[in-house]
Amino acid sequence: MDLLEYKGKQVLGRHGVRQLPGEAVSTVDDAVAASDEIGFPIVIKAQVKIGGRGKAGGIKIAADADELRAYAAAILGMDIRGHTVHEIWVQRATEIAGELYAAVVFDRAAKAPLVMLSTQGGMDIEQVAAQHPEALATIHIDPLVGFHPFHARRLAFEAHVDADLVRPVGELLEALFRVFTKEEATLVEINPIAVTPERDVVALDAKVTLDDSSLFRHPENAALDDKANADPQEMLAAQRGLTYVKLDGDIGVFGNGAGLVMSTLDVVAAAGGAPANFLDAGGGAKAEAIAASVEVILGNPNVKAVLFNVFGGITRCDEVARGLIEAYEILQPKVPFVVRLDGTNDVEGRRLLAEANLPNVYAEATMDGAAARVVELARRADVVA
Amino acid sequence: MSILVDEGTRLVVAGLTGREGSFHAMNNRRYGTNVVAGVTPGKGGQDVEGVPVFNTFREAVAATDANTAMIFVPPRFAADSILEADDAGIRTIVAITEGIPAHDELRVYNVLRRDADVRLIGPNCPGVLSPGKANVGIIPADFFRPGNVGVVSRSGTLTYQIGNELAQSGFGNSTIVGIGGDPVPGSSFVDIIALFEADPETELIVMSGEIGGSAEEEAAVHIAEHVSKPVVGYIAGLTAPPGKTMGHAGAIVSGSSGGGQAKVDALEAVGVRVGRTPTQVAAIAMEILAG
Repeated sequence: MDLLEYKGKQVLGRHGVRQLPGEAVSTVDDAVAASDEIGFPIVIKAQVKIGGRGKAGGIKIAADADELRAYAAAILGMDIRGHTVHEIWVQRATEIAGELYAAVVFDRAAKAPLVMLSTQGGMDIEQVAAQHPEALATIHIDPLVGFHPFHARRLAFEAHVDADLVRPVGELLEALFRVFTKEEATLVEINPIAVTPERDVVALDAKVTLDDSSLFRHPENAALDDKANADPQEMLAAQRGLTYVKLDGDIGVFGNGAGLVMSTLDVVAAAGGAPANFLDAGGGAKAEAIAASVEVILGNPNVKAVLFNVFGGITRCDEVARGLIEAYEILQPKVPFVVRLDGTNDVEGRRLLAEANLPNVYAEATMDGAAARVVELARRADVVA
Repeated sequence: MSILVDEGTRLVVAGLTGREGSFHAMNNRRYGTNVVAGVTPGKGGQDVEGVPVFNTFREAVAATDANTAMIFVPPRFAADSILEADDAGIRTIVAITEGIPAHDELRVYNVLRRDADVRLIGPNCPGVLSPGKANVGIIPADFFRPGNVGVVSRSGTLTYQIGNELAQSGFGNSTIVGIGGDPVPGSSFVDIIALFEADPETELIVMSGEIGGSAEEEAAVHIAEHVSKPVVGYIAGLTAPPGKTMGHAGAIVSGSSGGGQAKVDALEAVGVRVGRTPTQVAAIAMEILAG
């Protein structure tokens, strides 16, 4: 779960990471009200889960209330590469004597957390890593040993941090690692860390990603979920225990098992089609979940044809057939369906489907054949329309 | 000979008294797997269709000589259960549970790696099947026959699809291993391929990967240096968009890493032929073993 900057900052705040005070607001009036306390000049930052806000005009500095009104009005509601700005962060703009970069990353390949520090803050870190690798100090931490002050010092000295900043930077790194483990994050990235004229180090930004699988034991983090930008179908699917991802095409896809569904997307694309979604009903789905899946898929008006690709292990093909038949009675879809059923109870499933004789539903025996058929049907829908 | 599970497997099931655990453990037993015990704290002394239940793994091992564990408990308890099985001396642990927190997996991995003898398969995996010998997990065993093709996969149902294509082309399997879809699996492609390379019964290895992480690239390096048997590959998710998790916690292309085409390229560069569809995988296997 990616967190908006201000929510990431809340999480950092729980562990003593120093920040500049600010406020998240969702209206121009609230921004002006906040400015009474904060004072000018004020930095306004779009709150979206994507980078490149500055370039997109989502970060501005207002010298007075008029500028604040104008910038806030422009940024709220702005679209930044597909993300709509619903909230902005306003804080006092302060002088910055320097910028650093720090991050704790869940490194899957190394199977250990990776802690990174650089004095090249405020820049694209991937560029820094590529062009000035010597400016990036990194250490893998043994999760059983933990992050110790000597690790922090090593990073600070290797990154050539100014002598008077070694200790505060070290403390900041320890705090970031605490956030990483205690909040079960997969990423905690601060870019930039600002060095104030008083030689304090404060987090000016926060990019925090939390492990979805950990949320059940962090209810205060689960509550940070940002529903405003969520796709309504994705939310409906999540409620029903289905995994759904909307894509750009016009062929709805349903399957049992993430790998099989990904493979189905690939096979449909190879057959010349464009999938409209990924939908994994998981294992052992009952007729009700199958029917819900149909509803979710058809909720996307772009869908011209739907492919059901099922290889049942614990999922039973007769149950899938029942769910599809049920969905048909309730929803009466206008688009064609191609259904391939193999695996547990496949003979029974195919029989049920054949007997139901649903209009515009075509049975195919193989995954490849089903993909080719649904691509053809989607194309025909174009011609007819 | 097969790998990991066979006639010598003595299986203890954490979660045997639960609905899912008992359903699949009994399926495994019906198939011929020697299910010797269950572990559920507080239910020691009970039995599930004649299989004795114990309070702890230590008691189960002492009483039944169990050597393999299947973990079928909810995510909040699963990491602890894996560590308990290891602590009790179990050397092969198959963790079916999906949704174990990533930090738990990290800890478990780093604890288990200290002992070269213990193997964790999974978590979030369908298990291990050696056709004709033993089935530990939820793989639908009736679709597969004994034979000479080893299969290792990050997926569950995609494994059945590929396995079914192989079966329809006349192949049987030495062992089918689901290593699971999580970011920190207990065993990697490299670990399982090494076992297949050393297994006399396996003559061809099929590896089914997907987007996310670098396991396939690491496998390519290993194959180039240590594997003499032919390997056929498959990568799911080539057309998935970056930044979106595709179902498996581990299936995400983030930034520049984890992309599917890079994995295909890495494998092909070391001589592994990569099928573009599951059907093609079986066709390539046929070509290799016929010629």
